[in-house]
Amino acid sequence: MQLRVDKLGVIIAVLTAYGALLAPFATFRANRIVAGEARSLGEALPPAWAAIILILVIATAVVALLKTPSPLRLAIAFSTIAALALGIGAAAGHLTPPENTYARVSPASGFWILLFALGLLAADALTRMRPSPLVRVLFLAAVLGFIAALLWSGTWDGLSLLKEYASRADTFWAEAGKHVMLALGSLAAATIVGIPLGVLCHRVTRLRDGLLGVLNAIQTIPSIALFGILIAPLGWIAIHVPGAAAIGIRGIGAAPAFVALFLYSLLPVVANTVVGLAGVPREANDAARGIGMTDFQRLAGIEFPLAFPVVLTGIRIVLVQNIGLATIAALIGGGGFGVFVFQGVGQTAMDLVLLGAVPTVILAFTAAIVLDAVIEAATPNRNQVQSA
Amino acid sequence: MIEIEGITKRYGETTVVRDVRLTIAPRTVTVIVGTSGSGKTTLLRMINRLVEPTSGTIRLDGEDNRSLPGYELRRRIGYAIQGHGLFPHRTVAQNIATVPTLLGWDRARIDAKVAELLTLFQLDPAAFGPRYPHELSGGQQQRVGVARALAAEPKVLLMDEPFGALDPIIRAKAQDDLLAIQKHFETTVVLVTHDMEEAFHLADRIAVMDKGEVVQYATPAEMLVKPATAFVESLIGAGERPFRLLAIEPVSSAVEPGTAEGEAISSAASQREALSTLLWSGRKALPVVGPDGVLIGKVSLESLAQRAAGPS
Repeated sequence: MQLRVDKLGVIIAVLTAYGALLAPFATFRANRIVAGEARSLGEALPPAWAAIILILVIATAVVALLKTPSPLRLAIAFSTIAALALGIGAAAGHLTPPENTYARVSPASGFWILLFALGLLAADALTRMRPSPLVRVLFLAAVLGFIAALLWSGTWDGLSLLKEYASRADTFWAEAGKHVMLALGSLAAATIVGIPLGVLCHRVTRLRDGLLGVLNAIQTIPSIALFGILIAPLGWIAIHVPGAAAIGIRGIGAAPAFVALFLYSLLPVVANTVVGLAGVPREANDAARGIGMTDFQRLAGIEFPLAFPVVLTGIRIVLVQNIGLATIAALIGGGGFGVFVFQGVGQTAMDLVLLGAVPTVILAFTAAIVLDAVIEAATPNRNQVQSA
Repeated sequence: MIEIEGITKRYGETTVVRDVRLTIAPRTVTVIVGTSGSGKTTLLRMINRLVEPTSGTIRLDGEDNRSLPGYELRRRIGYAIQGHGLFPHRTVAQNIATVPTLLGWDRARIDAKVAELLTLFQLDPAAFGPRYPHELSGGQQQRVGVARALAAEPKVLLMDEPFGALDPIIRAKAQDDLLAIQKHFETTVVLVTHDMEEAFHLADRIAVMDKGEVVQYATPAEMLVKPATAFVESLIGAGERPFRLLAIEPVSSAVEPGTAEGEAISSAASQREALSTLLWSGRKALPVVGPDGVLIGKVSLESLAQRAAGPS
């Protein structure tokens, strides 16, 4: 049997070797602010644990290096990731002296490099297997379920990140709620306003260039500047419009953040609606009119369904963008995961920064995978209409 | 009956259709021919008011076509276009059911109509109904497009270059199918094309358009014998005239008493086919058989030559 080398596998093997053997696996700190001390895989874990992880990492590197079937690559990547996830929890217990509540253990560069290399291997194997949209979402659910199980079982409770969480459990969920509200609420508002605007732009050509130009310009304003610009008008509205202050409109806080995210969201929604409608085959449109559909029937029955996958792509862009951007809202008192990021930066407490950053990344990642799957499900290959 | 009276369409300074007057008899096929930019498509689209005329009146069975809202008028008139215009996100059955659904027919009646039309167009309803348009061949898509246009049993069917996208063999078949369907439903067909061959094959009457005006409106035979202008003559193609003339008439109208040697020709074939067979086989006359296969006479080279001769 001839053994052939996989190109991506070489990179993965080099990364795993470096991550497992040379880079530190965990960082130990006497308290949450002092500089940490690096601990290698052998030092951070009980010998049995270290041996299991090392064997799995070597096995993964070999499988990655050679041309092996994708399901095998996927399976071993996930097994090793699972072992790493459990191992880092074990490292926390192993490194923290008994009865010490100040000491902090967190994953170090070796852990992250291993995770990155294994993630690369898993993603590559998964892509080669071309799973259907439903299977991809189920995979995502399984991974999220595994993370939830680890959190719930307390395996990671000894880790620094979870200790930060433990002392902020109440505010964490409140800020999570605000973050999702900001991201999803502004998306919903942008969809409700943007799709009709897109339809209008499609029908009225003169409006299209003007409106898209304005929205493009808004998109280029830096987010911090936009918050600043909004303070004055929203503050004025809060004072002069009866009832505005009562529903939470103020110059700072969630209102300007919401308005800014809404404005950023408009361009992708409007532009994609216009592009989607423009892509509707001309003959289908002509036939729809010719056999007696009213303008509304044609829009609702023919144009919009055909443009829908493109509109959905715009919504996907907005959702992922908003989940990230909503972090900035914390700067002007809008809440969200950004609160932890900026507090952490202020206190030079990296664990606190991660408490805000990690959920944001997971949220954005989840949204991207789910919406990609929805878009693919909504786009059967029926769009390959003969243009004859 | 379609009465077009003094129809003019202007876009700004440009006159696309100028003072057109045509009366189209019911249950006939009228073909509007012309070069591109002659206004033929615009004229067709004014009949179902996809384009509103600048001045003039169009009456369908005596009723002004502006007495109904445009979309209601269009539901009563079939419309088929080049490139079929099927809705790519709807199945074949859903496409055909479009107008009956708009008209609020009940489910059973719609299903029956869809099945009837698919069968009539030689497409198995069970196999083709649930498919999407992109899964069909060009010829099948075109047939579904015509079936959709006929679904609500319109008295009038407007067709804009319906066979333009088909290859020659499928096109000939589609043209014959159209004539059969037209007889079956007794539909008044108005068809736009730039293909003279197609016009002579299909038309009871041909309207030739040039620069927005109808320069001649006549039966194919009249047009061949007496082209109204040099433009009509060039459109017909001077070299093709005798053959086009023979192509219009069936063998049955040239049958003489007597018989001849060799293989017989059907009385339903065109005289042009008879001439072709005569020339190819080197004979002077062919025996002619009726639809039942019984010998009814002969057709001779001499008589065909006389029939193909223009006015002296």
